[in-house]
Amino acid sequence: MSKFKKKKGGDLPAISTASLPDIVFMLLFFFMVATVMRDSTLMVNNSLPAADQVQKLDKKDRVMYIYAGKPSSRYEDKYGSTARIQLNDKFAVVEEVGAFVLAERAAKRQELQNVLTTALKVDGDTKMGLVSDIKQELRKVNALKLNYTTRIGDYTQNIN
Amino acid sequence: MAKRSAPEVNAGSMADIAFLLLIFFLVTTTIETDSGLNRKLPPMEEVIDPPIIRQKNIFTVVVNKNNQLLIEEELKDISDVRSLAIEFLDNGGGTGEDSCDYCQGKKNPSSSDNPDKAIISLKNDRETSYKVYIAVQNELVAAYNELRNREYLRLNPMSGMNFVQANSRYADPRTSPAEKEKLKPQLNIVKLMYPQKLSEAEPNKN
Repeated sequence: MSKFKKKKGGDLPAISTASLPDIVFMLLFFFMVATVMRDSTLMVNNSLPAADQVQKLDKKDRVMYIYAGKPSSRYEDKYGSTARIQLNDKFAVVEEVGAFVLAERAAKRQELQNVLTTALKVDGDTKMGLVSDIKQELRKVNALKLNYTTRIGDYTQNIN
Repeated sequence: MAKRSAPEVNAGSMADIAFLLLIFFLVTTTIETDSGLNRKLPPMEEVIDPPIIRQKNIFTVVVNKNNQLLIEEELKDISDVRSLAIEFLDNGGGTGEDSCDYCQGKKNPSSSDNPDKAIISLKNDRETSYKVYIAVQNELVAAYNELRNREYLRLNPMSGMNFVQANSRYADPRTSPAEKEKLKPQLNIVKLMYPQKLSEAEPNKN
């Protein structure tokens, strides 16, 4: 019987977990690289309306974003509760949209300057007056490609 | 005094730290792909000599400040927009050189001549809600897409995809250039059959 007796009666040697950190770090680096941090913090409410006939937006470097909506609760006492435009990291008035577009356009590479799209991320509860004003400003600076950014969903969600 | 070697630092908790970081990034990551309705604005310069468009070729959609919908002078619901727009675009009531051989509509002489002449005019108030506006836009685009899908499938029955799928495949950067070359003329034909003529009037001020 002694033939089958375990030598020291001890347990199996523990599996080495020394390589576990390496595996986890690998995953970590993947996510760190794949993460796209939002380049501007939202200062307005931004619940987008739903639509289902959508097309994907162009590559990120060909898009400039204009946000609009009611200031979020943190900024409400300072800026009031009427819908406003947000360009980059600050609130703006309608007249600044044109200058913003021109500045954004100038910052892009030459070959992209003519294919830029403006993505309007407008809160669903905004009135069309503000959106029309933005559109007029965009027409003035000849930024005619427009994308109304939406959630994907049925249009009936927009009607309540 | 006996010389003692420094004890090895235990690296067992390294994994825990790395896991914490990993979970943080997992939670904060939003691999977002934005999508939306693509539209084109008309250029600013005024047309000096605007072409005369006959009333029957215009499909007027008005959204008022209470988000009510007026289509061709009648109060309608948003759920009607798509079918009415399709009916209008696909009417093909023209004769002679205006006739439309692929339209499947009713050929009503008091509606549009052919899809090339049919214009949808969307008018909204400054007080209209953006949500409703997007819903109407969505339905109008859906009407065009539905007709384009139909024609695309009729012309390319072997392709196994409809116009919208083909279009997004064309826009996808991963699609090979050879396939793009093949898709481009097919898409353009259908786009010309049902051109998107969606005019937006400047909103009422009040």
